Amino acid sequence: MSKSYFDETHCAIGHPKSTFMQWMLTVDHKRIGIMYAAVMFTFFFVAVATALLMRFELFAPGQQFIDGDTFNQAFTLHGVIMIFLFIIPGIPAVFGNIVMPLMIGAKDVSFPRLNWFTFWLYIFGAAIAVSSLWVGDGFADTGWTFYAPYSLNTGTNVIMTLVAAFILGMASILTGLNFLVTIHRLRAPGMTFFKMPLFVWGIYATAWIQLLATPVVGITLVLAILEKYFGIGIFDPAKGGDPVLFEHLFWIYSHPAVYLMILPAFGIMSEIIPTFSRKEIFGYRTIALSSASIAGIGYLVWGHHLYTSGMADIAKTVFSFLTFFVAVPTGIKFYDWVATMYQGKIVLSTPMIWALGTMITFAIGGLTGITITMIGVDIHLQDTYYSVAHFHYAILGGVVFLMFAGMHYWFPLVTGKMYNEKHAKIAFYLNFVGFNLLWFPMFIAGYYGMPRRYFDYLPEFQIYHQMSFIGALIFIAGLIYMFWVFFRGWTKGEKSTPNPWHATTLEWHLPTSPPPLENHSKVPYVDFNPYEYHQGEPVVKFDYETMRRID
Amino acid sequence: MAHAYVPEIAIDREGNEHEVQGWQDDFYGGKLGFWLFMLTEVMMFGGMFLALAYYNTLHPQDYINASASLNRLLGGTNTVILLVSALTMGLGLLKMRVGDVKGAKLMIWATIILATAFLIIKGFEWTAEYHHGVFLMHDKLLADSTALPFGQKLFFGMYFTMTGLHGLHIIIGIGLMIWLLKRINANKVRQDHHILYWNIALYWDIVHLIWVFVFPYFYMIGAAGGTGGH
Repeated sequence: MSKSYFDETHCAIGHPKSTFMQWMLTVDHKRIGIMYAAVMFTFFFVAVATALLMRFELFAPGQQFIDGDTFNQAFTLHGVIMIFLFIIPGIPAVFGNIVMPLMIGAKDVSFPRLNWFTFWLYIFGAAIAVSSLWVGDGFADTGWTFYAPYSLNTGTNVIMTLVAAFILGMASILTGLNFLVTIHRLRAPGMTFFKMPLFVWGIYATAWIQLLATPVVGITLVLAILEKYFGIGIFDPAKGGDPVLFEHLFWIYSHPAVYLMILPAFGIMSEIIPTFSRKEIFGYRTIALSSASIAGIGYLVWGHHLYTSGMADIAKTVFSFLTFFVAVPTGIKFYDWVATMYQGKIVLSTPMIWALGTMITFAIGGLTGITITMIGVDIHLQDTYYSVAHFHYAILGGVVFLMFAGMHYWFPLVTGKMYNEKHAKIAFYLNFVGFNLLWFPMFIAGYYGMPRRYFDYLPEFQIYHQMSFIGALIFIAGLIYMFWVFFRGWTKGEKSTPNPWHATTLEWHLPTSPPPLENHSKVPYVDFNPYEYHQGEPVVKFDYETMRRID
Repeated sequence: MAHAYVPEIAIDREGNEHEVQGWQDDFYGGKLGFWLFMLTEVMMFGGMFLALAYYNTLHPQDYINASASLNRLLGGTNTVILLVSALTMGLGLLKMRVGDVKGAKLMIWATIILATAFLIIKGFEWTAEYHHGVFLMHDKLLADSTALPFGQKLFFGMYFTMTGLHGLHIIIGIGLMIWLLKRINANKVRQDHHILYWNIALYWDIVHLIWVFVFPYFYMIGAAGGTGGH
C-alpha cells in the first residue's frame, strides 16, 4: 500500500521519531488543517454548551440557574469563542489549508513553516482567551464587541481577551497572506485565474479581507489595551475620547469579517452544486467576480452597525444604500446556483442536501438582513432578538451549515473512508429542524421587542423562549449525531475511492485516497475548466502515474 | 549544494513541457509575501493616523499648542538620521547584488549604528518630556489631572503611542539586521540568494516611511508656535 500523509510528514524542526511530535511539528498543509479542525470543534462545543446554559436560564422569566453577571460573561464567552476561535479561522484554516493547495495542484502552501507557526500562534491566542476564565475577576462581560467605554471601566478580565483577539487576528492575517501568495504563485501550469475552482476564488477574496481589515481591529484593540494600562483616553469620554470612534474602528474590521466568513462558504456551495448536478456551473465568471466584489463593497458598509450610535443622516443613508448593494452579488450567486441545478442530473447525497438546506436558511438570514438595512426598521429592531436570529441564520445557517456540507463532501478525501449516508442524512434533518425551531421564534420575539443579551424577560415572551429551547435540544442532538457519524465513518467506514462523487476539480484527481505526502504524483497541466461535464459524466480523465490527460 | 531544488515539469497534451513553480526557491513569492505583510503595517498605522486626525478636527488649537512644545531640533535630527539609514540599507542591498559581501556588511553595520542613534535621541526626548511632566501614567497625563486640556492629553497620548510603536519597529529592525549579519556570515544569504536581505531592506523602508508621516504630523503642525502652551 502506498503511503498517505497520515504515514509520513515534513517537520518544521528536525526529524522527530514519535508520531505525536510529528503531528505537533508538521508543516504539511493537510495535517495542519486537521489539527485546526480538531481544536476549533472542541471550542465550538464549549461555546454550544455555554449557549445551552443561557437557554436553560431563559426557559422561564426570572432567575433560574445563573445570575445576571454570569449571564453577561456567558454570552461574551459564547461570542468570543464562536467568532474569534471558531468561525474567523473557520473554513479558510480547515479547508483552505487541506483542500486549496490540492485544488490548484500545489505541493503545499507558499510558506509551509509560516503555516505551522500560524497554527501555534492560534493555539497561543486561544490559550490566553480561555485562561482569562480563571484569572482575576473572571471572563470579560462586555459582549464580543468590547464596546467602549464599558470595556475600559469594567473590572473583569477584558485586557486578556483583547490580547487574545489581537494574537488571533495576527494568525488570521498570516493565514491570509500565505494563501494569497500560494494562489498567486503556485497554481499548476496552465491554470489561469479563471480556470481556478470557485472555492479557491472564495479563499482568495477572503484572504484579501483578512489582510486588509484585520490590522485595523488589531490596532483598535491595541489602543484599547494601552488606554486601560496607560489611561490615554482615546475611547473614554471621561478622558476626552470618543466611544463612537471605537465602534467605527471596530466595525471597519468586523463587518468585512462577516464576508470573510461567508465567502469561502459560498465557495464550498459552488463546488457542491455542480458536482451533484453533474453539470457545468452556470455563470462561472459572475460567481468568481461576485466574490471579489462582495469583498470590495463589504468594506464600505460598516456604518450600518451604528445607525443608533449617533451619525450624520447623510452618512446613514449612504451606508444603507451601500449595504443594499452587497445583496446584489450575493443574489447573483444564488441565481447561478439555481440555474446550475436546472436540468442537471441531481444526486441527493448528504453534501448536496446540506447545500440545499443552506439555500433555505441562508436565504432567510440574508433577506432578514436586508430588512434591517433600512434605517427606520433598524431603529425598531436594533439590539433585539431579531438581529440575533438574523446573524445566526446567516452565520450558523450559512457559514457553519456549508462548513458541515464541506465536511461531508471532503470527508472521503481527507480520511480515505466513507461515512454512513443514511445516518448522515438523518443527522441533517435533525439539525435542520432543530435549527429552524431554535431561531425562527426569535424573529417574532425580536419584532415584538425582546432585547438581546437580557437574562430576564416579560412573561409574554415565554412561549418563544420555550420553543427555542426545544429547538436547541434537537439541534444539539443533531450535532452530536453528526459527529458520531463522522467518528464511525473514520474508524469503521468503508474504504473510499479517490473520486467517490464523480467530481472534476483537481483535489479528486489524486493517485490515492487519502492523498500522499506531496499531493499529486506529478503536477498536471491544466487546460480545462474546473467543472466540465458531458451528459452527466466528468470530461477530464488522467493517467494517475504521469498526470497526463487521457480523455 | 547537496539538496539543490529541481523544479518539476508538467507536460500538456501536445507534449510541451512547462516548468512548475514550487514553494521552494520562490524569490518572487517571498517578495510578494513580504510586500503584503508591509501592507498590514500600513493599515495598522493607518488606523492610528485616522484616530489622530479625527481628534485633530475636534481640538485643532490644542493640537497646535501641544505640537509647539515638542523638540523640533531632536525630531528633525532623527528624521535625517533615519533617511540616511534608509540610504545605507539600500546601498548595502545594491552591494550584495553585485557580490560585494564585505561592503554590504559594512552598510548593515552603518544602518544599525544609525538606528541606535535614533533610539538614543528618542530616549533623550522622552526623558525631557518626562521632566516636563508629560509622560504616560505620569503627572499631567494622569486621568484625573486637569493641567492640560483634553485635546493636548489626546495629542500626547497618541504621540507616545505612535512614536513608541514606531520605536518598537526600530528595535525589531535592529534585531533583524543582526540576524541578517549572522546569516551572511553563515553564507545563507549570498549574491544569488538574498531574499532575506531584500525583505529586511523593505521592512526598513516601511519603518522610515512611517516616520516620514509621523514626524510632520506631530512635530511640524505647531512649528509656527502655539498660543499659550506650557
